[in-house]
Amino acid sequence: MLHIVACIKQVPDTKIIKMNPKTNTMDRSSAPAILNPYDAHAVEEAVRLKNRYGGTVSVLTMGPPPAVKAIRKCIEIGADEGYMISDRAFAGADTLATSYALTKALDKISALKPVDLIICGKMTIDGDTGQVGPGIARRLDIPPLTSVKKIVEINREQGYAVIHRKLEDGYEVIQSTLPCLFSVEKDINEVPYSSMPNMLKAARYQPHIWSVSDLEDVDRTQLGLKGSPTIVSSVWAPQKPQGGQLLEGGPNDQVRQLLDILLAKKELFGAGEGSV
Amino acid sequence: MSFEDYRGVWVFMEVKDGQIAPVSLELLGAGRRLADKRGTELAGVLIGDRIRSLAATAFEYGADTAYVYDDPIFRQYRTETYMKALLACTQKYKPEIILYGATSTGKDLASAVATDLPTGLTADSTILDVEEDTGLLLASRPAFGGNIMATILCKKYRPQMATVRPKVMRALPAEPGRRGRLVEEAIPLREEDVRTKVLEIVRAATRNVRIDEADIIVAGGKGLGGPSGFQLVHQLADALGGAVGASRDVVEAGWIGHHHQVGQTGVTVTPKIYIAIGISGAIQHIVGMQNSGLIIAINKDPNALIFQSCHYGIVGDAFEIVPMLIEQFKNATGKEVEHVGEI
Repeated sequence: MLHIVACIKQVPDTKIIKMNPKTNTMDRSSAPAILNPYDAHAVEEAVRLKNRYGGTVSVLTMGPPPAVKAIRKCIEIGADEGYMISDRAFAGADTLATSYALTKALDKISALKPVDLIICGKMTIDGDTGQVGPGIARRLDIPPLTSVKKIVEINREQGYAVIHRKLEDGYEVIQSTLPCLFSVEKDINEVPYSSMPNMLKAARYQPHIWSVSDLEDVDRTQLGLKGSPTIVSSVWAPQKPQGGQLLEGGPNDQVRQLLDILLAKKELFGAGEGSV
Repeated sequence: MSFEDYRGVWVFMEVKDGQIAPVSLELLGAGRRLADKRGTELAGVLIGDRIRSLAATAFEYGADTAYVYDDPIFRQYRTETYMKALLACTQKYKPEIILYGATSTGKDLASAVATDLPTGLTADSTILDVEEDTGLLLASRPAFGGNIMATILCKKYRPQMATVRPKVMRALPAEPGRRGRLVEEAIPLREEDVRTKVLEIVRAATRNVRIDEADIIVAGGKGLGGPSGFQLVHQLADALGGAVGASRDVVEAGWIGHHHQVGQTGVTVTPKIYIAIGISGAIQHIVGMQNSGLIIAINKDPNALIFQSCHYGIVGDAFEIVPMLIEQFKNATGKEVEHVGEI
């Protein structure tokens, strides 16, 4: 029976986040916290594999106490267990420190029940880096497989997996030993609406919550802000470009002017003479 | 860690189909500027099978040195083998900065290398600079879905690493005959010790969706109201012979596939003409298209940010403007005749 762990994150919905135009800062309270959309696909894929091969799906997150909500969302999708590491010592972590902390939690989960496969979303919508998944894989010394768009086969007995990895202009078929880590593309699946039994289960669900002192062999200098090589030195509003020329007049006039502008680049259209 | 030991700017040279990927040449251009500012050398790292001769290309585009790992085990990109080569090279020669293309290969490799070194890695940078005295890399990128720009530093670790999207930086013009120093490197790696195998590579046949190569792009946003409104974009693209682009929210709404998405988390494009219809102009979109030759925006909202990033704008109803434009364009270029001919 497979044991799959999906690593997830609660993120502010960056589509809704508002900027304060006077101070050029983000108004975080304007953005609701949601399960990172890419991670929903990771959890859904883990649940599909469970349904196909049998097994257990655990989810793991690092975050402040309210991130329990994101775990509940994963239970709705069909995960069985949720683990959360939550401690001030983790605060301010960049991708390197995050992968370190999550790896320590994965060690503890593995000790409870060996892990065959780890699945992450392609990236988070707040950090946009996609670096935590591969970081975890390197720390566990298992193969990282990024941009996974299809899982062809998981063979636990013989210890291998076959997947499709997305490339800029196609995909490659890769076979890897198990355990390994996938970070999955959005198009790997569609996340369906939650079922009523799962919603009821999720509403009552209490995840396992660990502080840093619950984890083994932790080097505290590698955690949080202290363990993060990258720092954000400055944040600024994107440069406002000059702005273009607005075409005047009614729709007819505007279109005529636009046509002239386009036709000045006539060579690009291969237009006119001799076609047909 | 003594920073004095770390010198030089490196670019990981991505090879595809026996050629250096354009993004790597662009990064040599960016790297050259950083190296000159620091008074240090620029090097390219080439990993692959029978790729030694590509060092000449790296020199022509600005590299002083090429570190070359040429071995059949590197025929296809695999994280494990490439990472081991690059780690060995980095530990031996200690560069100050390493740049990678933010491609499926470059991002994968950079993440693995950063964890093992360990060091900091800034993803999808759009602006790179270096402090002349300290060598501190200033890597800036859009953050929080493109709502803000952030400058990321790696003060306490070396090398400093960043990935950069294709088409964000500019390659230098090739200088034919420019020479450099080729350094051959090797590491002991046996196929049976590698845990992943590439069984097959399947290239997509559909060329019409390669918006990164299109000369003309017509892109649509949420302002078109729905999938049926988005058809306007397809129609204008057809008429102009261009490719179809889309903003992030349109892709997330499922009106069109991912590979049409222009922007920070999509594709960076540099067409000769970019027409944005019903796109509000969030910075995440702007960074993906701002280097286009001619940018035209059509939007109902006169306050839409897109008007600050275009060359020409029309404040108006796309459902009125675009059909008129299609018709007049066809009349002016004789495209209509072509259409009739097909029927």
